[in-house]
Amino acid sequence: MPDETPDESPEPTAAEAAGDATQDATSAEPTEVAPPEPEPEVAPEPNPVHEELLALLRGAGFADGAIIETADAHGGLVVRVANDQWRRAAEVAKEHLACDYLTFIAGIDWQPAPREGDEAGGDTSSPVQPTEMTFGAAGSAGRFQAFAHVQSTTKKWGLTFKTDVDEADPRVESWVSVYPGADWHERECWEMYGFVFDGHPNLRHLYLPFEFEGHPLRKDYALLARIVKPWPGLVDVEPMPGEPPGSESPEGSAGSASGLAAQGPGDEAREVDQESGSPDETSEAKVGGGDES
Amino acid sequence: MTELQLDPSALRHLADAQVNVELDTGDMILNLGPQHPATHGTLRIVVRLDGERVLSADPVIGYMHRGYEKLTEFRTYPQVTTLINRIDWLSSFANEVPFMDAAEKLMGVDAPPRAQWIRTTLTELSRIATFLLFLGEMGLQVGALTPAFYGFRDREHVLNLIEAATGGRFHPNFNRIGGLKDDLPWGWIAETRATMKIVLDACDQFEDLVLGNEIFEARTKGIGIIPGAMGTGYGVSGSNIRASGVDWDLRRDGRPYLAYPELDFKVWTHPDGDSYARYWVRLQETRESARIVLQCLEAMPAGPIMAKVPRIIKVPEGEVWVETENPLGQMAYYVISKGATGPFRVKIRSASFSNVSILPWLLQGVYVPDVITILASLYFILGDIDR
Repeated sequence: MPDETPDESPEPTAAEAAGDATQDATSAEPTEVAPPEPEPEVAPEPNPVHEELLALLRGAGFADGAIIETADAHGGLVVRVANDQWRRAAEVAKEHLACDYLTFIAGIDWQPAPREGDEAGGDTSSPVQPTEMTFGAAGSAGRFQAFAHVQSTTKKWGLTFKTDVDEADPRVESWVSVYPGADWHERECWEMYGFVFDGHPNLRHLYLPFEFEGHPLRKDYALLARIVKPWPGLVDVEPMPGEPPGSESPEGSAGSASGLAAQGPGDEAREVDQESGSPDETSEAKVGGGDES
Repeated sequence: MTELQLDPSALRHLADAQVNVELDTGDMILNLGPQHPATHGTLRIVVRLDGERVLSADPVIGYMHRGYEKLTEFRTYPQVTTLINRIDWLSSFANEVPFMDAAEKLMGVDAPPRAQWIRTTLTELSRIATFLLFLGEMGLQVGALTPAFYGFRDREHVLNLIEAATGGRFHPNFNRIGGLKDDLPWGWIAETRATMKIVLDACDQFEDLVLGNEIFEARTKGIGIIPGAMGTGYGVSGSNIRASGVDWDLRRDGRPYLAYPELDFKVWTHPDGDSYARYWVRLQETRESARIVLQCLEAMPAGPIMAKVPRIIKVPEGEVWVETENPLGQMAYYVISKGATGPFRVKIRSASFSNVSILPWLLQGVYVPDVITILASLYFILGDIDR
């Protein structure tokens, strides 16, 4: 009924200057990801499947402004709908888009995690995420979002829905009445993010014990294992082969000569631990390093 | 000698007691698991019974929850491979593929053709190994011990191949972003060809031994019927949904990945949706996988196995959804990157989680022995449920 074209015009909001967040206009073909260089000049043609899906969505009688934004994330259609249209989105997907298959429902916390490992000093075993809050495809109004993927087993297509969730009062409509499989996904999302799914018959813990407090997948929920014992890559720094021994020894007492020379039983165990911790890095350095050096 | 005199009215009462008076059975709560052999791990199902019949069933999961979605946020991309190996530990190699695919898509890297074909071969070998275990073990759950031995025996051949190529029987950790760790060892292709013959023979054997068995038919036909529409609503995928007549296989219908667009294979479906159909479909798919492997060996291109990737993997900002058809069903990752060396958020969509979520609906009204059959025929891996 109401045409959604105003929402569709490629006006990147301030929140998302990210390249692939702008509209259906990424370089991503359905099959292959184009190399990053020709992105500016090659005008990417819109994905025909996405066009068809969007046409069906707009013809499905959404309320005004229900579809806030759409994006093409590496060949996948992402549709951001208003929070009060969340269940309607599921109904539309099932009735008008033939999406009979519920893939998942989950949450996102866009807030950056508290920084850990600032003192890592070139250590690459612990990823350091950016500190400012940025949003992914189709943008977000705030910290929390719920997202879900539905697919069609007949039409063989699928799309991702996103909706903004208020931080102070995280509420989303439940999809259980549309897809029965939403039950477990919403229970998981509720315990992991604290989103309350209105209309869910029985929101209780799924994975965690019933007396568990907190929402572990929120970014401000610290990973306890890291607090108890820091990542071995931070403390067990051994000199690389070829570097002068003793150039870096964070723990002076641990062995004055070099980490490699000290061969106590404890060190042996530690070495094995470190080897199993990052086997990929060394081997990739071996394979991929050829073109760099 | 005195004849025993019986009062006929007393006899009549006895008959009443046996036939007309119902014993008060009431509802009984039975905890199936968490240490029950039929659950392959620690799945607990709280069933409310009326006699032998299940009134309601409530699966309790999470005994093995390892929080992989949280852990991925504290790992670099190459380190995540180690985690996702342990989601579905029977087909670890197949778990790695979609995640590598996601990282490669975000980075704009393509694994070279030979790497893609080797990945396809090893994915199908994982599928065969997983299904051979199922084909044998399903017999075990309905009381036939022999198929289990055959299943384990023939699976061993396939695991040897995986071990020869990757170095690991269960957790290969063989994929790298941009390709593979190593090329195939010398003589592996001939060995694989010979093993596929063994696998195809094993399938014939299972067909004779299990599918033709009257007891097996009686225990599985018409048991645990999943209608196609109900299954898709719950997100049931893989062989389970194809056994309900839904013709949907991501190798053919999903976004093209690996070498599947160039391979010729049939997607098997069965209209019945019962436990028997699930067994039948997996048996056919094992054969089909063996044929796919043979095709791969024929068409395996030469060339490099690693694309050029930087020494330290940094994945550009973006998000991508990658799904693959794994032995247990749809395995997918929604990877959100913020340009760091590790992912910002990884949603792991594992097949068994959704496949098992249908249990409260499916187990209503079945008998207790059939619960075991249905659990076995759905074929889940605990690590794939709990992640």
